[in-house]
Amino acid sequence: MAGLPAKLVILLLLVIDVYPLFWLVSTSLKSTQEFLNTPFWSLPQSLDFQNYADAWTLGRIGTSLQNSLVVTIPSVVCILLLGAAAGFALEVMIWKGRNTVLLVILGGIMVPSQMILLPLFTIYFKIGLTNTLWPLILTYIGHGLPLTTFLMAAYFRSVPRELFESCTLDGAGVLRSFISVGLPLVRNGLLTVALLMFFSTYNDLLIALTFITSKDMSTVQVGLLNFQGEYGSVLYGPLFAGICMTVLGTLVVYLFLSRQIMQGLAGGALKG
Amino acid sequence: MNQVLGDRRAILILLGPALLMYSAVMVIPVVWSFGYALFRGNLIEGFTFVGLANFGRLVQDEQVAAAVRFTLLYTLVISTGQIVLGYSLALLYTFVLRRSSSLIRTLVFFPVVLPSVAVGLLFSRLFAVAPNSGPVVSVLDRLGVAPFDFFAAAGTAFWVIILMDLWRSMGFYGVLLYSGLIDIPTEILEAARIDGARGWRLVRSVVLPLSLPVLVSSIIFSLNASLKVFDTIVALTNGGPGSETTPITLLMFQTSFFYSSFGYGSSMAILISVMCFMVTIFIFRSSRRDLTVGGAA
Repeated sequence: MAGLPAKLVILLLLVIDVYPLFWLVSTSLKSTQEFLNTPFWSLPQSLDFQNYADAWTLGRIGTSLQNSLVVTIPSVVCILLLGAAAGFALEVMIWKGRNTVLLVILGGIMVPSQMILLPLFTIYFKIGLTNTLWPLILTYIGHGLPLTTFLMAAYFRSVPRELFESCTLDGAGVLRSFISVGLPLVRNGLLTVALLMFFSTYNDLLIALTFITSKDMSTVQVGLLNFQGEYGSVLYGPLFAGICMTVLGTLVVYLFLSRQIMQGLAGGALKG
Repeated sequence: MNQVLGDRRAILILLGPALLMYSAVMVIPVVWSFGYALFRGNLIEGFTFVGLANFGRLVQDEQVAAAVRFTLLYTLVISTGQIVLGYSLALLYTFVLRRSSSLIRTLVFFPVVLPSVAVGLLFSRLFAVAPNSGPVVSVLDRLGVAPFDFFAAAGTAFWVIILMDLWRSMGFYGVLLYSGLIDIPTEILEAARIDGARGWRLVRSVVLPLSLPVLVSSIIFSLNASLKVFDTIVALTNGGPGSETTPITLLMFQTSFFYSSFGYGSSMAILISVMCFMVTIFIFRSSRRDLTVGGAA
C-alpha cells in the first residue's frame, strides 16, 4: 500500500519518537563511570539497578510517586462524582436558569490557572492548610470541574430522554434514576473523562509548584525538578533512573488504555 | 413528570457540591485576583491600595515586554509547527496508512502522556554538552560541527524548546486532526478523485475545506495552550540563559513567589487571561468569516 518515501517517513517518525526513550532507559542502567566514558549509543555493560535504588532513596522518587497518587486518585474520583452529578442536573433536569449556570461553569474552562493561584495561596495560608496535600486536592477538583461538567452534560445529552422519563413514570426519584440509569449509561464517558483528568492532574506542575512548600510533600513533577536541582549535575545515572520510573507509571496505564486515552485527551480538547 | 425532573431538592443535592467547589476554587479567586491587581504587597507585609499603578508599571516594564515578546514568538512558531506537523500526520494516518495506522498513531501519541518535567529533563540531556556529549552534540560532532552548548545562547535554547514541545505534542495534534479527517465521507473523496483531483490538489481543494471546523478548534486549542506554556520550559531552561527564554507565565510566577509581589503578579495573570481571550475571539471570528465565504462559493 505505502510506497518507499512513505515507508521512509514512517521509519524516521519511529526513530524520532522511540529513540529518545530507548536512550533514556539504556542510560539509566549505566554507572556514572560508564556514562562518562562510553559513547551515547553504547548499551549498558550490565543490568545495574543501583541507579534506581539511589533515585528511590536520594531522589525521594518513592515519596513523590506516593504523594502523586494520594493527590491524584481522590481528586479524580471527586471530580467525576461532582462533575457527573452537575452534568446530569444541568442537562437532564428541567429548571429555570440552568443555561445561565452552565454558561458560568463553561467560563471556567477559559480561565488560566494563573488567575486563581494567588488568592488560593492566601486562603490556604490563612486557614492553615499549607504543609498538607489538601491545597492540591482542593485546587485540582475545582479546576477540573468545568471541563468535566461540560463533557458529562454532553454525554447525558446523547442518552435518549425517554429513558429518564420512563424511569420517573415507573416511580423512581431523580437521584435514583441518576445513580441506576444515568451513570451506567455514560460509563464510557466516565472512563474517558477520568483518564483526561488523571493525566492533567498527575502531570500538573504549576499548581503543585505553588502549593508545595516542603520536600516531603513533592509530587512526581516537583520531585523530579528538585532532584535535578540538587543532584542533577552529579548523579547522572540516578536522575535518568528517576525520570524512567515516573515515565514507567504512565507507560503501564497507556499500554492498557491507549485507545481511550487518545479519545479522551483529543475529545476534551475539541469540545473544550 | 416535569415535576420529578424539576425536583428542587434533587437539583440542590446534585449540583450543590460542584457549584460550591467551583465557586470556592475558581469564581471567588478570579474576582479576588482582579482586586489584588489594585494593591501592592504580599501576605507578610500587608497590602496598600495603589489603584491602577500596577497596570501602568506593566506597560512600561522592559522585563514584561521581553517575556510577552518571547511568549508570542514561541506561540507563533510552536502553533504553526503543531498544526502543520499534526495535519501531516493526520493525512499520513488517513490516506497512506489507512486501516493499519493504529499502531503508529498509538506510538506517536505516547509522549503526550509523559510528565512534562521528565520530558524537559530528558531533552536537556539529549542536547547536553557537559559532562559528556549527549546524542545530538555527538552526532553533530561527527558531521563536523564543533561541540557547543545549546543552552548558552538564547537562539539555540529557543529551538531546543521548540523541538521538545513538538516531539511531545505532535502525536496529540495528529490524533485530534485525524478525528476530523476520518469524518469526511468517502463518496466525496471518490467523486473528487474521479474528477481528477490527486495529491496536493485533493488536499487543498477538498480535504482542507471539509476539515476546517476541526482545524479551527485545533488552532484555538494550540494557541491557548502555547500562550500558557510553563512546565516544559521550567524543566528545560528555567527561563535561561539569563531571562532570554522566560515566558510571561514564568515571569508571573517569579514575580509573585520569588519577589512576593502579589499585586503585580495578579496584573500579569490578568494580562495572560486577556491574551488568551483575545486570541480565541480573533481566531473564532476570522474563521467564521472564512466559513461563510466558503459556504457562499
